Amino acid sequence: MSIDSVFVHKMWNDNELSKMVKGRVPFPMLSDAGGKVGKAFGVFDEDAGVETRGRFIIDPEGVVQGYEVLTPPVGRNVQETIRQVQAFQLVRGSKGKEATPSGWKPGKLTLKPRPDLVGKVWEVWKTEMAFD
Amino acid sequence: MPEEMKIGCARPTGGLVGEGVEKEKEKPIASIEEVSAMIQVGKKAPDFAAPAYYKGGFVSVKLSEYLGKWVLLCFYPGDFTFV
Repeated sequence: MSIDSVFVHKMWNDNELSKMVKGRVPFPMLSDAGGKVGKAFGVFDEDAGVETRGRFIIDPEGVVQGYEVLTPPVGRNVQETIRQVQAFQLVRGSKGKEATPSGWKPGKLTLKPRPDLVGKVWEVWKTEMAFD
Repeated sequence: MPEEMKIGCARPTGGLVGEGVEKEKEKPIASIEEVSAMIQVGKKAPDFAAPAYYKGGFVSVKLSEYLGKWVLLCFYPGDFTFV
């Protein structure tokens, strides 16, 4: 979503993005002329008149599970976004019985919060596991 | 003489000349309602409808139509910049 019109979105997709991704952009390219939606999400920069790089993970109930907002010159880490979605999906699938500790990736150890885990996390989770 | 503009990642915009400072002073302090209206994790995202370009056509997209699915909503400064 940006403040550009759908016509500009079409030009961008048809003339540039379709050369980067096979076919075309597979999701809707939303237009927020005036920045009303951006304001509601707290990402509209009034002075510059544009949206900053806000990214929101919204679950099937419509609840915001996480967000990240960057100023324009720095791009996002798409892989990290995907990792977070995978983690939220795992937690949701376990109905909250499992949690994903720092550095979790699919296949890595999850934690099952229980009273007997208090003070014992160090036994199952090592600092190196926060890194790849 | 028109000056050459620096091209950055933000969309270049203009504005009124010489009013910036005064405008800054007039800015009201954000009210408590405004602050509480901000996005919070664990709280519902505000629903919206927006025009979109999708699969070669122009459509209207409503966030609440995606209930039951995971949604990644991404904002960016402008077309022809990176994401």
